[in-house]
Amino acid sequence: MSPRQIARFTVNGKAYEAAVEPRTTLADCLRHDLKLTGTHVGCEHGVCGACTIIADGEAVRSCLMFAVQADGMDITTVEGLSERDRLSPLQVSFRKHHAVQCGFCTAGILTTAHILLTEEPDAAADRIRDVLSGNICRCTGYVQIIDAVLDARAAYKARDSR
Amino acid sequence: MKAASFEYVRPDRLESAIAFLTEHGEEAKVIAGGQSLVPMLAFRLTAPRFLVDIGRISELRRVGIDADGIRLGALARWRDIERNEELHRANPLLVEAIRHVAHYQIRNRGTVGGSLAHADPAAEMPGIAITCDAKIVAAGKQGQRVIQAADFFTGPLSTVLQPDELIVEVRLPPWQSGRRWAFVEFARRRGDFALAGIALFYDTENGKACNARVGAIGVADTPVRLQAVEATINGNTITENVIRAAGAAAFESVDPSDDIHAPGDYRRALLQVLTERALSSAAKPG
Repeated sequence: MSPRQIARFTVNGKAYEAAVEPRTTLADCLRHDLKLTGTHVGCEHGVCGACTIIADGEAVRSCLMFAVQADGMDITTVEGLSERDRLSPLQVSFRKHHAVQCGFCTAGILTTAHILLTEEPDAAADRIRDVLSGNICRCTGYVQIIDAVLDARAAYKARDSR
Repeated sequence: MKAASFEYVRPDRLESAIAFLTEHGEEAKVIAGGQSLVPMLAFRLTAPRFLVDIGRISELRRVGIDADGIRLGALARWRDIERNEELHRANPLLVEAIRHVAHYQIRNRGTVGGSLAHADPAAEMPGIAITCDAKIVAAGKQGQRVIQAADFFTGPLSTVLQPDELIVEVRLPPWQSGRRWAFVEFARRRGDFALAGIALFYDTENGKACNARVGAIGVADTPVRLQAVEATINGNTITENVIRAAGAAAFESVDPSDDIHAPGDYRRALLQVLTERALSSAAKPG
């Protein structure tokens, strides 16, 4: 076992300091050390997308990063998307369109779609499909998920023009 | 599915990274974006004593375009290439190939240098390096050396990089105006490694093709240049017959082995079809 190292980063606006073995992935650190279990771990080798989080404004797979690499970063997990207890417009849209079935992939899809619409509030269905091709959902067939993301665009556009 | 223990170091200067590798290179792995290395660590296909994170060495992130062509710093990410409008003009083949790399989230971290050093025979960047005659600049204890892409890859996941060396930059030669080009690959699922892929370009003089370069991925132990296909293109107007001859030459040029993803014969037949599609798309007016 290698000695623990300190990684300091911000998660959902709160500063954390974690003493981790270097081999601890960011996903495991979030779940086990910070007890933020909204981030799900599916394949652990960068294929399924369930562990997607937002690091310095970009969607990344938290199983393909070690926590020590996140030192100094500003991280948002699915827990950080809702505004206090109120669901975000994207989450409301997922509920409205029944875009959730078992829910395992949902955290990764919400974080990915959130950053996509933040950067590209006009994203067309094809672009959304292309981006979400990195997130495996075995329940829904994706149709409702795409509908939900399309429908949420209005909220991001409104936010842009504010 | 958890990496074996390692010690982590994050030098913030190139010199410190090289100094560390000079002493511990045999027991160390360099990590940049980690999008290929972390899965290998998770599967314990590799278990280095040290992980040397070069991700914060900002000088390796530079992208430059001038009369000598393109310089991509080792830490240039797929995202940086995709979104760089000048690169679209400076080498459209590069940008089109990079659009096929993995998924959105991976493209936010995966790097040019990492892909070249990892040397997956089905990866896009090594294929572009071979096709475009790239020069790969490596730095080590003896200073820098420039390696021709054709000499760089020695086998699957193997390169001529020495334990004390790391890639600092890749250089692509200038792109001629009016050049015809295409990149085509086939994967069973969006973002997967291609079962086969082809990159090609040629210039035109008096209505005839010249300076053809053709490279293939996913069909051998390394990305390969297909000179027999180039010969079918050079000196010709691209007609249906030339397109068919190019496909046939591609088929004859490779002998892929069977693996869990596809039988060798399938990859070979696929390469033939993709070569025909690529050449026909490159020749299309407009």
